[in-house]
Amino acid sequence: MREVLEGSQAVARTVARCRPGVVCAYPISPQTHIVEALSVMARTGELGACEYVNVESEFSAMSVAIGASAAGSRAYTATASQGLLYMAEAVFNAAGMGLPIVMTVANRAIGAPINIWNDHSDAMALRDSGWLQLYAADNQEAADLHVIAFAVAEELGIPAMVCMDGFVLTHATDVLELPDADAVDAFLPPYLPTQVLDVEYPITIGTMAGPESFTETKYLQHLRFLDAAEVIDGWSRRFLEAFGREAGGLVARYDRDTCERSRDASAARAGDVTVVAMGSVLGTLQAALPALHDAGVPVRLVGVSSFRPFPAAALRAALGASRDIVVIDRALELGSGGVLTGDVGRALAGTRSRIHSVVAGLGGRPILEASLQDVVRRALDGTLGALDFLDLKTGGIPVPTAGATEVHR
Amino acid sequence: MRQIRIHGRGGQGVVTAAEMLARAGFLAGHEVQAIPSFGSERTGAPVVAYCRFADAPLRTREPVLAPDVVLVQDPTLLAAGRVFAGLAPGGLVIVDTAGDEREVRAAAHAQDLDATVLTVPATAITLRLLGKPKPAAAMLAAYAASADDVTLDAVLQVVRERFPGAVGEANAAAAEEAFAFVREERAAAAEVRDA
Amino acid sequence: MTTVHIPFLQTGSLAVGGRLLSADERSVQSHSDRPSSLTKGHRACQGCAEALAARWVMDTAVDAAGGRLVVANATGCLEVFSTLYPESAWKPPWIHSLFANAAAVATGIASSLRAQGRDDVRVLAQGGDGGTVDIGLAAVSGMFERNDDVLYVCYDNQGYMNTGVQRSSATPASARTATTPAVGSTPGQAFGQGKSMVRIAMAHEVPYVASATPADLRDLEAKVRTAMSIHGARYLHVLVPCPVGWGSEPSQSIALARSAVQSGIFPVLEARAGELTDVQRIRERCDVTEYLRPQARFAHLFRPGGEDALDRWRALAEANIRRYDLLGGA
Repeated sequence: MREVLEGSQAVARTVARCRPGVVCAYPISPQTHIVEALSVMARTGELGACEYVNVESEFSAMSVAIGASAAGSRAYTATASQGLLYMAEAVFNAAGMGLPIVMTVANRAIGAPINIWNDHSDAMALRDSGWLQLYAADNQEAADLHVIAFAVAEELGIPAMVCMDGFVLTHATDVLELPDADAVDAFLPPYLPTQVLDVEYPITIGTMAGPESFTETKYLQHLRFLDAAEVIDGWSRRFLEAFGREAGGLVARYDRDTCERSRDASAARAGDVTVVAMGSVLGTLQAALPALHDAGVPVRLVGVSSFRPFPAAALRAALGASRDIVVIDRALELGSGGVLTGDVGRALAGTRSRIHSVVAGLGGRPILEASLQDVVRRALDGTLGALDFLDLKTGGIPVPTAGATEVHR
Repeated sequence: MRQIRIHGRGGQGVVTAAEMLARAGFLAGHEVQAIPSFGSERTGAPVVAYCRFADAPLRTREPVLAPDVVLVQDPTLLAAGRVFAGLAPGGLVIVDTAGDEREVRAAAHAQDLDATVLTVPATAITLRLLGKPKPAAAMLAAYAASADDVTLDAVLQVVRERFPGAVGEANAAAAEEAFAFVREERAAAAEVRDA
Repeated sequence: MTTVHIPFLQTGSLAVGGRLLSADERSVQSHSDRPSSLTKGHRACQGCAEALAARWVMDTAVDAAGGRLVVANATGCLEVFSTLYPESAWKPPWIHSLFANAAAVATGIASSLRAQGRDDVRVLAQGGDGGTVDIGLAAVSGMFERNDDVLYVCYDNQGYMNTGVQRSSATPASARTATTPAVGSTPGQAFGQGKSMVRIAMAHEVPYVASATPADLRDLEAKVRTAMSIHGARYLHVLVPCPVGWGSEPSQSIALARSAVQSGIFPVLEARAGELTDVQRIRERCDVTEYLRPQARFAHLFRPGGEDALDRWRALAEANIRRYDLLGGA
C-alpha cells in the first residue's frame, strides 16, 4: 500500500516488522524520530516480544545491543554524529565479536563547530570499524535497506549500519510503500546466532588475543568482509524478487535517458562524464541530470549503495569506459579531498581516469540542481579541478542570515 | 510540478502544515513530498517548510527555491522581506492576517509583486474555534479554496487523521470557515472586477 | 596457664567454610563439588584476593541460580588473567566487551533473556574499581536507575592494577601509586578525594546493596545468596587486597582484608532500597596501623613526618565507626 510517511516513521515501522528482540534508544538529532516511533510501538504491542531499553548514552546503547545480540536476540539501535563517535569503542567491539547488530545512522556533521545538519562525516569516521555501511538514496530505500541489512548481517555475522541522510531523509515526508509484515516474515529468516551465551552450552566470548593470534583473527575478519559483497548482492536480488523494487545492492545503476534506477542499465561509455555519489544527493542528481542529457551533454549517474564493503569491481563495471569521473562527496578528508573519492580512486587505480572530487553539502548546506549541472559542464569543458567545494562562499566566513539553512548560491 | 513554501514561527505547526498538505495532495492523486527546513530554532523563531506536488515520482532533495505558492502563517514575518523570495511570476500568496492585500504588500515592500495575494484571518478563526494559535488547518483550507489541486474534503480528512477527537473537529471547523471566507472574498473580488 | 594453638582448620570455623558443620549449613566452597566457576590454570598473581573473591562470589551465584548464570565482565585484571586466547578459566557462559560497559552489556543480556521469556537464567556483571567507580560509572548508574535485573559485583583493589598500579577514584588517601607518587609535601593520593561507591549505589535506592571482603567467606556467600534471591539491580562491593598494587605479602591478603574491617576503615554492611539494614560490628578492634603498616604503598606514613597522615587515617576510621555504629551500642 502506498502511503505518505515521514522517513523516520517508515524506518521505525520497517524495523518493527523485522521483529527485533531488543531495541535500545538514546536521543540525538536527527535520529530521534525513529526511536520515538519505536517507543510508541513498544507500548502499543506492535513491537511484539521486544524489550525497549532507554539508556543513558550512545556508548551504553551499543553496549546493550552487544549484550542482547550475544544473548541471542536480534538487536537494533539508531544514532548520529556525536553519538556515533561517543559509542565508537563499542562499535568496533561489536564488529570484532561478530555480532550482527543493525544500526540506523541518520548522517550528520561532526563538531566543532557544532552542527546538527547532514553530511557523512560521522559514518566516514567509522568506515574501518568492521561494520557494513549501506547508504539509502531515498526514504523508500532507507526503509527497505533495514530488511536487507538484518538478513545480510546475520548471514555474515557482521554488524550493519544503514546510513540515511539526517533531516534530508529522516524528516522528509514522501510517498512510500512499506515492506508488508507477512512478506518480511517470509523474507527474513529468524535470527539463529552462531555464538550465544547459553547456560546449556557455556562459551567464553571476548577473550584477549596476543601477538601470536591477533593478525590471524583480523585476517579471518577480512576474509569474512570479502564475502560480504556477494551476500549483499544476493539478498538485494532476493529483495527485488520478493518486493518488486530495487534496494541495496553494491552499486546503483541509472538509465542513460531517464536517470531512473535500473539494474539492467548499460555501463557508461567513453566520452561520458560519470557522476558518482552516495545517499540522498542521488535523488537531486536524478532530477538535475536529464536536463543536461536532453541538452546533449553526455552524462551518466552511478550510485554507491554499499560503502563498506567498497564494491570496487561493481563500480568499475558500472563506469565502463568512462574516464571523466565526478565524485560528489559529503565528507572531507582534511588536506586531501572527499572521503568517497579516495575509495573511488583506489578502485580506478591504473585506469588513467580523471577523478574530480566535489565536496558538497557539508553541515546541511543544500545541494542545488543548478550547482550540480554546473559541475558536470565544468568537468566536460575541462575547467573543473581535482578538488572543488560546491558553492563555496569566498572572502571569509559569511554572516548567517535568518534561518541557518537559508539557501544561497 | 507545484512547489509550495510555508513560512511561520516555531510552535505554529509549520512542519505539520507541510506534511498535512502533502497528505492532502496525495489524496488528490499527486506524487508528493514535504521537506521541513529544520534549524535548532525554538518556539517563536522563523521556520520554513516546503511541499511539492507532481505527476511523476519526486526525486529531488533541493529546497524549494522558486515556489509557485507561498503561505505565510504569521504576518509579522512579512517585514523581514524574504518570504516572497523566488516566487514564480503570477504566483499565489496567502497570508494569515486580518488585514487586506494592500496592507500585506506594504508590510512586505512588495507593492509591485506579480502575484495573487489573498488574506485570511486563519489564526483568529482558529483561536475562536480551537483556542490555540495553530492556523495550519485553516491555512491549508484557504489554499484549497484558491487552488485546484487540493480539495477541502481532502484537507478535512487529513486534519481529522492527524488530530483525532475534539481537536480534529475544532481544526476541521476552522478549516471549513477559512475555506468559506476565501471563497466569499474571491467571489466579492470577482464581482468588483466584473462590475 | 598454657596456651594451645588449635589450627582453624580443625574447628569448623568460618575460615574454612564450615566443613565440620552439618552438610546443609556448610559454605559452597566447602563442598568438593563446588562449581569452580573460575577454574584452575588462570594467570592471577600470587595472593590475588580478586581471583579468590570472584570464584567465591560466582560459585555462590551459580549455586543460587541452579547453574543458570550468565556473566558480563569488564576489562581489567580479572578478565586478562582468565581469558588469554585460546584458553578460558570460566565455566559459566561469559562475555567480555569493554572496560566501561559491563553493566550495559549485562542489561542487554537481561533484556534479551526477558524478550525470550527466559526468567530461569540470571545475570551477573563484574569489574574492578576502575571499571566500576571511574570509567564505567555512567553505565552502572544507568543500570541501577532502570532497576535492570543484574547483580553487579565490584572487586575493589583500589587502583588500576592491570595497567601498573595507577590511582583510581577508589584509591585511598595517602596511598602511593604510579600516578600519585610518595614524593613532595603531600605524598601519595590526596586526602579529601575519592568516592564511596556503596553510598552512590544506595542513593539509587536499588533493592539491595552490600559490602564484603574475602576475610569472611560465610558473610560473602550469604550476601551473594541474598542478592540472588532478589530481582532488580543489586550491588555488591568486595574489598580485594592486591599484593602487587599494595606492596604486601601474598600471604597477607586475607589478613589485610580483615584488618581493614576491624580497624573501621572498610565498613561491611547491607542496605535495602537505600536504607541501611545491617552492619557487621567490629569484633576485635585494631588500630589503623595494623592495616597500613604491612602495605608498602603506605610506607611513607611510617617515616618521620607521617604522623599527621596517620592521625587523619584514625579520624577516617572514627568517622566510619560513628556513621555506621561499627562498635555497636549507639
